[in-house]
Amino acid sequence: MILEVREVTKRFGGLQALTEVTFDLAAGEILGLIGPNGAGKTTLFNVLNGVFPPDRGRVIFRGEDITGLPPYEVARRGIARAYQVVRPLNDLTVRENVMVGACFGRERLPLSQAARVAEEVLAQVRLDHKAHHLASSLNVAEKKRLELARALGAQPYLLLLDEVLAGLNPVEINAMLETIRQIRERGITIFMIEHVMQAVMNVSDRVLVLDYGQLIAQGLPHEVVNNPQVIEAYLGDPKMTQRLLEG
Amino acid sequence: MRALRQPGLWLITGILGLWGLVILFLDDPTLRETSFTLLMFVALASSLNILLGYTGYVSFGHIVFFGLGGYLGFYLVAVQGCSLYLAALAGGLACSLLAVLIGLAVLRLRGAYFALATIGVNEAARAFVSNFTPFGGATGLSLDYSVYDLYGGSLKALWLSFILVWLISLAVVVTSYLVKQSRFGLGLMAIREDEDAAMTMGVKAPLAKTLAYALSALFPGIIGTIFFFKNGNVEPHDAFKLHMSIETLVMIMLGGQGTVLGPVLGGVAYERLRGYLLVSPLFKSLHLALSGLALLLIILFVPAGVVGWLRRRFPKLRGVLE
Repeated sequence: MILEVREVTKRFGGLQALTEVTFDLAAGEILGLIGPNGAGKTTLFNVLNGVFPPDRGRVIFRGEDITGLPPYEVARRGIARAYQVVRPLNDLTVRENVMVGACFGRERLPLSQAARVAEEVLAQVRLDHKAHHLASSLNVAEKKRLELARALGAQPYLLLLDEVLAGLNPVEINAMLETIRQIRERGITIFMIEHVMQAVMNVSDRVLVLDYGQLIAQGLPHEVVNNPQVIEAYLGDPKMTQRLLEG
Repeated sequence: MRALRQPGLWLITGILGLWGLVILFLDDPTLRETSFTLLMFVALASSLNILLGYTGYVSFGHIVFFGLGGYLGFYLVAVQGCSLYLAALAGGLACSLLAVLIGLAVLRLRGAYFALATIGVNEAARAFVSNFTPFGGATGLSLDYSVYDLYGGSLKALWLSFILVWLISLAVVVTSYLVKQSRFGLGLMAIREDEDAAMTMGVKAPLAKTLAYALSALFPGIIGTIFFFKNGNVEPHDAFKLHMSIETLVMIMLGGQGTVLGPVLGGVAYERLRGYLLVSPLFKSLHLALSGLALLLIILFVPAGVVGWLRRRFPKLRGVLE
């Protein structure tokens, strides 16, 4: 197991954001994370990469307890993250953005090698033609790809993707899914939050479902979509729906 | 050293180097005094730029390091009889150390809160020094003129001060350049753009910020010692001038924050303008109001400063105008 999450609990004042979330992630897997808005998906990512510590519970990464480590320590151990709301370093070029990941991520490369890694990664996400543009000049789809490139620049073991498909059109989504598959083929484990159902069912090996901070289901994509609890979380009570339909 | 092969570094050091040599060659006291002030501000602005321009932390009270370093160095020269070189170095290093300690507290703050805290630090330092007996309290310290004899008399001492400030300004600009071209500098710029994202990418922001703060405090401490040595006396009123701090900010903004050349150009341009305003009968009491207006206009219309604007307008110049 590359990542073991044990009974992670997080509370913000009166809001129980995560309740005893426990799951495993195997190396090389693509694990999807779905759930209605406000279910705690991004909070779970924040706990995993050290934005804030959990109130209780453990996060074990590659056999090491990383619970409560600050984000830069987590990054150095090989977890990279692409944010849901893109956060480009606007006044730096696209290439420099990726170099930051390469210089300070897992490999901690010197500048010259980081520049080479940046070129490779940018080619992989098809942004190489924009390498010398300022990050602020990119459009939304390009910024999403930059977000991904920056995370890849760190050459992580585990990649956390927070809704990288949101805001993309169907053509862009297919291109992005193709890129995600290629990343997995390079041996990088992926844990992704996604709202675009079709996409997440298509690309994930396994899916976790969060609702009100609790893990209500996990399993193969087709099992999860037919799970009554999951349907209820998304659509309300299925029996009530049926009764209404029957009049 | 990739940085040594780039024209930008040689352009700036060449100009600064030549400038000092010309002044030495012309041997004119008036020119020397004007250049002393210009180079001092170039160095102060450039070292503040490491924090403000690269790291994105606006320090309004950066002059505190000029004041405290100057006080400590002056005390060592005037009271303890240390050599100027040793005293200047001590003044600078003490400021770096102090910056690390202050940084532990204030670098947790961001944006306007950090800026306000730095003003507080400056005012606190002024209040402390005004009541600190070894530093002469409110009246400050003065130098026994016999000290200048150790440096070949007061005239030679004035030239020595000029040469030292000239060399320091060169050192600051080279440091600024090397930082910008380094991995450390890339980390600082990532912090400037988005500190949380930078940390997620592995930039150890608390450490990097502290180092940038310490580095940007080193040179003002050295320069303060040289300045007050030349001045012959030091008092709280002269050492912790908040408006001098703000004028340094205007220089950086005018020239272009985050660029190496910007603070150099901005420092020279602003100082020349101020010199002109101070002697003009119409504006002599208004020069600070005008610098405030200048700051406002720069932020509104050319937030990237002159160098930043040129870099954006003429991308081909990027290799030269760092």
